[in-house]
Amino acid sequence: MTHIVLVIGFLLVCIGFWGLMTRREVFRMIISFSLLDTGVHVIMVGIGYVRAGTAPIFDEALAVAGAVGKVVDPVPSALVLTAIVIGLAVTALMLSFAIRLHASRGSLAVDDMKELKW
Amino acid sequence: MSQLMLVLFGLLMLVGAVAALYLKDTVSAILAAGSVSLVASLVYLLLGAPDVAMTEAAIGSALTTVVFLFSWARIQHRPQPSKSSQSEETDSNPDDQEDHQL
Amino acid sequence: MMKRLIIILALAAIALGFFPLAMRISGDSGLTALATHYVEAGADELGAANLVTSVVVSYRGLDTLGEVMVLFTATTGVTALLVAGKSKSHKKEKDSEPDGDGRREGSELLATGAAFLFPILILFGIYIFLNGHLTPGGGFQGGVVLASAFLLLLFSDCRLELNHALLKGAEAISGAAYVAVGLLGLWLAGGFLDPRFLPAGEFGQLFSAGAIPIIYILIGIKVGSELTGIVDAMRRCS
Repeated sequence: MTHIVLVIGFLLVCIGFWGLMTRREVFRMIISFSLLDTGVHVIMVGIGYVRAGTAPIFDEALAVAGAVGKVVDPVPSALVLTAIVIGLAVTALMLSFAIRLHASRGSLAVDDMKELKW
Repeated sequence: MSQLMLVLFGLLMLVGAVAALYLKDTVSAILAAGSVSLVASLVYLLLGAPDVAMTEAAIGSALTTVVFLFSWARIQHRPQPSKSSQSEETDSNPDDQEDHQL
Repeated sequence: MMKRLIIILALAAIALGFFPLAMRISGDSGLTALATHYVEAGADELGAANLVTSVVVSYRGLDTLGEVMVLFTATTGVTALLVAGKSKSHKKEKDSEPDGDGRREGSELLATGAAFLFPILILFGIYIFLNGHLTPGGGFQGGVVLASAFLLLLFSDCRLELNHALLKGAEAISGAAYVAVGLLGLWLAGGFLDPRFLPAGEFGQLFSAGAIPIIYILIGIKVGSELTGIVDAMRRCS
């Protein structure tokens, strides 16, 4: 099960990376960034999975005493929680840059932006 | 059983991701990326991480799509500074008016 | 053609680096030593029923503080890019476009539904981050639900004016209070962001787990007001 999740996440990373490198429009590049981010999160949560494990929340169904063999790793969940919110913040910042770029230039095609090319 | 569901969700995610890159219409690409996040939230639930599933469904699928659509609407209707082919400005764009009607 | 080949080679190199990791990890290997310590000792030390909450708020509390700072910086950047320049160009646009450039008003179904759902969504968001240490949920999820309540209002009435002073005040005060709670942990308990300076209470009750509910309330308010600010800066009319 973990291997399936790792392969799926890795393929998402590949698709996102491919889109980032080959698309010629700023919006598609930002969408590819978002896909790349989602792929990395899937990989991280997949690493923390324990076979037949359940969520690490103690209630009537899960006692504190014998929980070590039954519970999924909580640390990758906590890190991915933070990472998803940061991904949204960075995407919003990239989109506002794209809005300003379009306002000052009139087009979103990357081939028109030649100032930094040698 | 859950392995079969995981493979199915994985295929859905990959199809959605490829569609997000290769669809011509930008609004459809944005919605495809939102659907990838939604299926990823289901995958997180299968992996025993309900907190992450809630966060991904609320942020990745809802807020990211809305932020993308808002900025796309702003780009579509901004008068372009110097170009003469400004046909998008007078076109009533049916895609953004869906924001304001059900 | 050459460029595509180089991209494929780069992806193959990433795959080559990824596969040793993938082969070594499997679901049967059990928890790491750190995770075993968190699972065994986390509930007794901190008293929170949700272990992911205690990891996010206390064991990895500095990461959460960093995330709050990144969110604050991104909100400032979005507001500086989109709102600061807009007030000048907005006056010029008002002359050239006499009407709301063909934009329809929200339908009555949406307006009524938004007015009905708004207090329910606010209540739901507050419930989520208040119960973050007992059930799945917490500050981030509750804050996003709060922001989506405001988003629903913005959808129904395009020209709604949000009180920017209130949003900025809520964001600033909750951020400063979060750091102040961390410093209180430094003086009264074991270290920075240690939530044990309040009594741990009874396991599974609402007022338990020390200062973790207080920290999550502050994070929830901060994330909600920041995401509302981002969405407000990006919307189209006014």
